[in-house]
Amino acid sequence: MSTRPAEALDRGAAPWLFATALATTLPHAEHQPLWLSALSATIFAWAGWLWWRNERLPGRWPLILLVAVACGGVLFEFRTLFGRDAGVAMLVVFMAMKLLELRSRRDATVIVTLGYFLLLTHYFYSQSIPTGVWLLSTMTLVTATLIRLHGGAVSTPAATLRYAGLLTLQALPFMLVLYLLFPRVAGPLWGLPQDAHSGRSGLSEQMAPGNIANLALSGEIAFRVRFAEPAPARGQLYWRGPVLEYYDGRTWRPQPSRLRPPQIEALSPALAYETTLEAHQQRWLLALDAPGTLPGDLTLDSTLTATNRVPLTQRQRFSLTAILDYRFNREEDQAVLRRNLALPANANPRSRELAESWRQAEPDPERLVQKALTLFSGASFAYTLQPPLLGEHPVDDFLFVTQRGFCEHYASAFVVLMRAAGVPARIVTGYQGGEANPVDGFVVVRQSDAHAWAEVWFAGRGWTRVDPTAAVSPSRVENGIAAAMPAGEPLPALIQLRSDWLRTLQFRWEAINNAWNQYVLGYNPERQRELLGRLGLPDADWRNLAATLAIICGTLLLAITAWALYQRPRLDPAARLWQKALHRLARRQVNCPPWETPLALARRLEDERPALAPAVLKVVDAYLQARYSGILDDLKKLRAAIRRLP
Amino acid sequence: MRLIDKLKRRLFRWQSDGSAPLRLTQRRIFILPTRAGLLFAAALLAMLTGAINYNLALGHALVFLLAGLALVGMVHAFRNLHGLSIAPGRCLPVFAGDLALFPLQLSSDRASPRLALELRAGDGQPAVTCAVAAHGLTDTAVPVTTTRRGWLELPRTRLATTYPLGLFVAWSYLQPAMRCLVYPQPLPTPLPPLQAAIRSGDQRGGNGQEDFAGFRERQPADSPRHVAWKASARDGGQRPLLVKQFAGGAQHELQLDWSLTPEATAPETRIAILAGWVLAAEEAGACYGLRLPGHEIAPGNGDLHRHRCLEALALFPA
Repeated sequence: MSTRPAEALDRGAAPWLFATALATTLPHAEHQPLWLSALSATIFAWAGWLWWRNERLPGRWPLILLVAVACGGVLFEFRTLFGRDAGVAMLVVFMAMKLLELRSRRDATVIVTLGYFLLLTHYFYSQSIPTGVWLLSTMTLVTATLIRLHGGAVSTPAATLRYAGLLTLQALPFMLVLYLLFPRVAGPLWGLPQDAHSGRSGLSEQMAPGNIANLALSGEIAFRVRFAEPAPARGQLYWRGPVLEYYDGRTWRPQPSRLRPPQIEALSPALAYETTLEAHQQRWLLALDAPGTLPGDLTLDSTLTATNRVPLTQRQRFSLTAILDYRFNREEDQAVLRRNLALPANANPRSRELAESWRQAEPDPERLVQKALTLFSGASFAYTLQPPLLGEHPVDDFLFVTQRGFCEHYASAFVVLMRAAGVPARIVTGYQGGEANPVDGFVVVRQSDAHAWAEVWFAGRGWTRVDPTAAVSPSRVENGIAAAMPAGEPLPALIQLRSDWLRTLQFRWEAINNAWNQYVLGYNPERQRELLGRLGLPDADWRNLAATLAIICGTLLLAITAWALYQRPRLDPAARLWQKALHRLARRQVNCPPWETPLALARRLEDERPALAPAVLKVVDAYLQARYSGILDDLKKLRAAIRRLP
Repeated sequence: MRLIDKLKRRLFRWQSDGSAPLRLTQRRIFILPTRAGLLFAAALLAMLTGAINYNLALGHALVFLLAGLALVGMVHAFRNLHGLSIAPGRCLPVFAGDLALFPLQLSSDRASPRLALELRAGDGQPAVTCAVAAHGLTDTAVPVTTTRRGWLELPRTRLATTYPLGLFVAWSYLQPAMRCLVYPQPLPTPLPPLQAAIRSGDQRGGNGQEDFAGFRERQPADSPRHVAWKASARDGGQRPLLVKQFAGGAQHELQLDWSLTPEATAPETRIAILAGWVLAAEEAGACYGLRLPGHEIAPGNGDLHRHRCLEALALFPA
């Protein structure tokens, strides 16, 4: 075919490289500053135009200028050149600029390697199933580019892509084995840059009116739970987050205090479950109230919040237990009780007045609680995601003017009333409820299940949960927020799906996602040990693993090599029939040397075996017809002639 | 016994007969990573570190998939050569200083093409790249630079491919028994004077070059210069070309004699001068003979004659 110099890059390879660069950088446009995407797009367009017009690539100085501009921009935008986002930005710009420097095959190799590297950076932002699928196809494209680079212009784009697909397909078993058996190391290996984990929505450590209502607008999943036994009723699913004790008249905050282990008396057996928390960048966990024994790195703080040693920067799985019926701190510190009676001096005067009047009428704390709940269950109070704005004294405005609010309004008003009435009380934030997915049995808790309730302390009973929202809207606790909200509230589309099949579809999709998260993304050193135990390698160290890996990969490699070397013998059907005829003749003691042509054989037999000769001549004629005339019908004649051989 | 014979044939086919077609088998193919492969490995290592550090599950998967891809690419590079048949061809003589081309015919009986096959006859030699289509044949020629006259054996030739991924190079050494005649590099110098060769009488009436004696039909060996174009054109080109025939006693011919070259110069230069004369004489359409110490070629002309003269010069012992 053709000859060409080894290192030069042919013109036809450029579109492949453009496609590679575009496919690997384009998804980053979603979260990158606009100017950066514009810069890369401009460079792309420029490089493409130069290629189209077959013009010379720019010299060194314009490139240096571009690098300087890009570095300056990145430095200005991210305040650093390193770190995660800045690094990705630099890679994207370099990828675009390498297109302006596309001269030799080495430049092209750099683009391809950079492309593979850029594929990895997408996982910083998403590891969902669609990302995985998109990246698999992009990887195939990059591989096709590599094949095109080395194969030259000879094969068609479709054939090149097919070949890349074949290679990817054959690489998949290796990936699977390595994924399962490669000795896993729990990261990080060193300190991560500041922006390693960008902020995500979730419960925050303080509560002001409107915070949780905002969160309830999100259908995102906060965590998933699998119970070993049948799940408790929805009304019992209070997932305890941070406890807020300090109030400044508007915002509730946690009160840092010395760690005193909480005293729990279990009144019911412990309930085991496994929870998979999405990364929320906080140290606290959302454990079912009240958390029982905790594994490893987890501790219970004095307000009964399960806390991890480090913030949860990635999805993580915990095996926990819960005690649904409990007594918590029957004996409480006087300092703690005092703290939970404190109110800012000048805030909410009318509410305090009301509480004061209640106390004078009824000093029993439990009755006081009932009184407040009765107040909320009155017809004038409404539960809504869109409460009116509150003024300087939010609780006063809420209780006496607007009377419309979300869970944080009720919890906040309730705790203020209780404190004013002399009952120690505090806010507990977390999630309430959760929806069991019938497909995989996981209970899914979403951001929209975020909730705030109250906890009051009774002498002799300890801290007791009181949910004022349940008083105003019992169905919120029993059936979830979608059922509790009147139509027209701006709930996330996902959770207010009422059509059955859409709901089923959603359950399915989430079950698939959950399986993906649990078994693919959540495959960690512990899971690996578990799997190895099941495979009969209970305490495999890295050496055993390496040996196992080597054996399996070697076998796979052998299998693929065998496939590569296996060639189906390609014999013409006529030639195969002719061989058959020769075999038959050989059985009749006819000497048929391989170098003798059919006609020569027939002619020789006329002298040597006159009896056989006519039949052989017929076969020879039929064979020559079938082999060289190209008409398929002749094969039948050949077969018939062979059958007639004596 | 038959088995052993078969095995022997298989193992030593190449060594026994360099003129037979060779089929590349796994024993002859070697594989090593290329520079790009090492770069790729380094990139994979960096990616693995990143995946561990940021705890990216899919990052791990990507790194492992790429590692698998590299391994598969290695097998495919090997497959690109495996089963390829190589048959040597015949080389045409060249002058020293030109590229000698050793033709090879590559054939493949696989249903997929084999691309980017690079042939190179040793370091410092130019390379040639070719591809073989599915079930196809490709003629290619290994170029070798020549410096000296005489027989040039095809040096050990490396048939290499980095296709499909360029991460691994698979190669095989070929050494078919091929040789190319390298004529001496001609040195253009003026021809020596014509010499009347006195021939004995019995050659009278033979084909001299002096007196016109009539026409005869042209034979392939006749030089085009002797064609009687006017006479041939008379019958409208319907009949074969005619050649003028000469008769005459004395015949003028060139004797390209070793002794005519300057004695003081080096033998290689004298050979170069003689080669230049051969070319010039052939160009001029003269009848020429070559006389070397211990070797003489009777006068004549034509391509075959030229070849015989140049061959004698090429193989003249230094």
